Amino acid sequence: MNQSSIPILEIKNLHVNFKVYGGLLRVLDGLDFHMYAGEKIGLVGETGCGKTTTMKAILRVLPMPPAEIPTGEISYKGHDILKMKNDELKMVRGRGISMIFQEPTAALNPVFTIGEQMEAIIQNNIRDRRSTSSINIKELAGLSLKDVALADTDRLLKSYPIQLSGGMRQRVCIAMALSTNPEILIADEPGTSLDVTIQDQILRLLRDLVEKRNMSVILITHTLGVVRELTNRVYVMYAGSIVETAATKKIFQKPLHPYTKGLIATVPRLSGGGIANGIPGRIPDYKNPPSGCRFHTRCPYVMEICKHEKPSLYQIEEQHSVACFLYTAGE
Amino acid sequence: MSDPILTVQNLKKHFIIGYTEPPWKRQPITVKAVDGVSFEMLSGETLGLVGESGSGKSTVAYIIVGMYKPTDGKISFMGKDLYQESKRPRELQKAIQIVFQDPGSSLNPRQNIKQILEMPLRVHQKGKSYLEMVIHLLEIVGLPPEAMYKYPKMLSGGEKQIVGIARALATNPSLVILDEPTSALDVSVQAKTINLLLQLQKEFNLSYLFITHDLSLMRNVANRVEIMYLGKICEVADTIDFFQKPLHPYTQMLLSSIPVISEEEESLRPQKVISRGEIPSPVNIPKGCSFNSRCPFVMPICKEIDPTFTKMEKGHSVRCHLYNKQI
Amino acid sequence: MDAPMNSLPNNTHIDVETILRIQKISRKEEIGRNWYKFSRNPISVVGLLVVITVILLATFAPYVAPYPTHAGPYTDFANAKKPPNWTYLLGTDQIGRDILSRIIFGMRSSLLMAVVVLSLVVPPGVLLGLIAGYYHGTWIDTVIMRLTDIFLAVPPLILALAVASVLKPNLWNSMMAISLMWWPWYTRLVYGLATTLRNEYFVTAAEVTGASTAHILFREIFPNTVSPILTKMSIDVAWVIIIGSMLSFVGLGVQPPEPSLGTMIADGAKYLPDQWWIAVFPALAIVVIVLGFNLLGDGISDMFASEDA
Repeated sequence: MNQSSIPILEIKNLHVNFKVYGGLLRVLDGLDFHMYAGEKIGLVGETGCGKTTTMKAILRVLPMPPAEIPTGEISYKGHDILKMKNDELKMVRGRGISMIFQEPTAALNPVFTIGEQMEAIIQNNIRDRRSTSSINIKELAGLSLKDVALADTDRLLKSYPIQLSGGMRQRVCIAMALSTNPEILIADEPGTSLDVTIQDQILRLLRDLVEKRNMSVILITHTLGVVRELTNRVYVMYAGSIVETAATKKIFQKPLHPYTKGLIATVPRLSGGGIANGIPGRIPDYKNPPSGCRFHTRCPYVMEICKHEKPSLYQIEEQHSVACFLYTAGE
Repeated sequence: MSDPILTVQNLKKHFIIGYTEPPWKRQPITVKAVDGVSFEMLSGETLGLVGESGSGKSTVAYIIVGMYKPTDGKISFMGKDLYQESKRPRELQKAIQIVFQDPGSSLNPRQNIKQILEMPLRVHQKGKSYLEMVIHLLEIVGLPPEAMYKYPKMLSGGEKQIVGIARALATNPSLVILDEPTSALDVSVQAKTINLLLQLQKEFNLSYLFITHDLSLMRNVANRVEIMYLGKICEVADTIDFFQKPLHPYTQMLLSSIPVISEEEESLRPQKVISRGEIPSPVNIPKGCSFNSRCPFVMPICKEIDPTFTKMEKGHSVRCHLYNKQI
Repeated sequence: MDAPMNSLPNNTHIDVETILRIQKISRKEEIGRNWYKFSRNPISVVGLLVVITVILLATFAPYVAPYPTHAGPYTDFANAKKPPNWTYLLGTDQIGRDILSRIIFGMRSSLLMAVVVLSLVVPPGVLLGLIAGYYHGTWIDTVIMRLTDIFLAVPPLILALAVASVLKPNLWNSMMAISLMWWPWYTRLVYGLATTLRNEYFVTAAEVTGASTAHILFREIFPNTVSPILTKMSIDVAWVIIIGSMLSFVGLGVQPPEPSLGTMIADGAKYLPDQWWIAVFPALAIVVIVLGFNLLGDGISDMFASEDA
């Protein structure tokens, strides 16, 4: 993978809290993450682990009360997004970092045609760039749609979202996200709301597009099979922080963290073998999270130290780090 | 696992969704959601029903449980015709229950768990206090009594689904239809829920009609599998046969689309058939075999004649011209 | 093994006391949570306080008003048209009656009107809406909704005037008139909600289990309509008061010498701008009441809004 000098996106020790009835939800508890240009990173975690919160924090769309960010830094090409002013942010959103959402139906405004929505996006992001004024915006929109393998683009541009199938809507969302030529694409569970044969087509399309444009991608999902097919590096997230990160192949061949192991074990196999037992317990209450390692209440290998101290990410080998006292030197 | 508990014969369900223009010569526009489905379920087995949107799998389920009346066809449960009388008798209502897909909307957000679980008890059993029975139900599914006064939004997705399962069990059913019971859940929660379902099946000798699009899950849960496309069954087989020797091109396409996490599984996927094309709208089902617009092995006959079932080996039937040697 | 519900445990290891304790704790938590949601916007709390004050004033009017007798037949021309001073805090009107006391009693009749009208209007309106919504697409739906349309087609004030002029003009008859034109709004509101709600899976679950229609309407669908109904009710209090004031402004409604905010404004209008207090204070009273109920309505809808943390 490309290793330019600084990561294109880096998150350092991010903490995010939410003020709610009865106290403070301490959701993100020191998140560390980095991505170099051209990488395809998977962010894996189950519902409630904080991946959506992380994503919203990157794009700075968290509702600021009740959310608050006491510490942490999110650097995009070296500049801290959290400290940016509005005009700097406009450069980042859409042109630097673009997003595709899980539910394409919800992401498209039902009362505007596809053409109107795409043109609005292109227009917003073209204004400050040099010289694409010679190309008609409508043409650009049509080209974006062709890029995602949609045919009959003229008719499509005049249609309303409700007239399209789920797969087509997802392609339109991808086209919209890519029309601004972002450097980073964040894809939140792409295709989960679609039928499996359509999802397969969408994922293959995404893979091709990303290769062609050499984009950096953050793929957020809880489906491990998708991660294996689309990413080269994985971060596994649990209850607000990263518990393990490794190259994709490694994570499936040699998962180290007990949570990762448990997760992989519960995926039903096409080869049979029954269903594993699952991970006992439930995700922690963020008002009163477990002390020390947040996974210790569910961990089959829990030790005394896990209840008191929180392990930080420790590098085991090249591109493989774990946050677990089972592997930290000194134990 | 011996005698058939449910027999479905040539089931059809057509919905009229509108009329054509002009108004004086109007014809009804029908969606043939289910168009001639026949199968049997044996007592104590888990029959898997696979399909994507428009396949009609949920419609079949809803007809069996009594939500829709069939347009044609017959369903017998333990020998009794389900639709003989206009209103289904209490006995049959109790015996067939359903667990819905979306835990978020299958529980009334304005009722607490106690009220939700009381509803089926109240309908089928007279009594003043259902408190003990509700606690017992919670115990069976592994929830603490404190959960009684919680509202659905205070529970996690997995817990909500478990409440849905408890509700289905409240009437002592023999047949439980599970409509994508874990599709909305995370994979580790799915494992727990499936294990609970299997344990309950053994404990109470339940028969499950398990509907899902997740073939990896199906592989580990079902005894037999049926696959549906646009209202008709394409292939039926015992689970192991189904996965080792998928015959219908749609089955192969479906199998090759599933993301898997090991190389061992990759080798089990058909490599030649990859997904292409859109699923046609059920209003506009193509003439002949409904899969002809996407089938990589399409032949001229497929565009003219709808194939019939061919029995291949024990329990393995497929409906496809590739195997229909009579023509 | 037995079927689930045939094998009750012979030792229920949970006793009734623990259950009641759990229930009490859950109830307290629920109230606390609802209050939190409500009070997050301090303006809603202001609305609540205003409403409570108005209700208390109206209820205890004879004990709270400085000059309760001024609310009846009373004249004191010597003290007429006095501006606000320490004896008469808001001044006196053209007959010498204390405006503050009359406002307090006027609040009483306004609130009474709102309470009576809403009590008459909400139950049948909601019931018809539930039935029409649940039976959407059938003749029941058509009959009920067309009936609703008919009542909605008549301009409300005209209807009220017509009814009030045929019958003797007094408080009760004007309340009847307002009720006649008010119920369709609740039917419409609940109809819209019920048609969507009946497609929810939890309603299907109840139908499939064999629950009675009554159970489905009142235990499954209705609880999900309570929030918009309550919000509308609190805003409607304000509207009923305004319309009631309009009616008494034109002479149909509360008859003199009983005080009514509308009549007070009508009478006082003649004395603007010199003796401005005679008309302005009653008008301000209406503004305060209306604002209070609107803010309260906002707060109630916040309370029912789903939170995701």
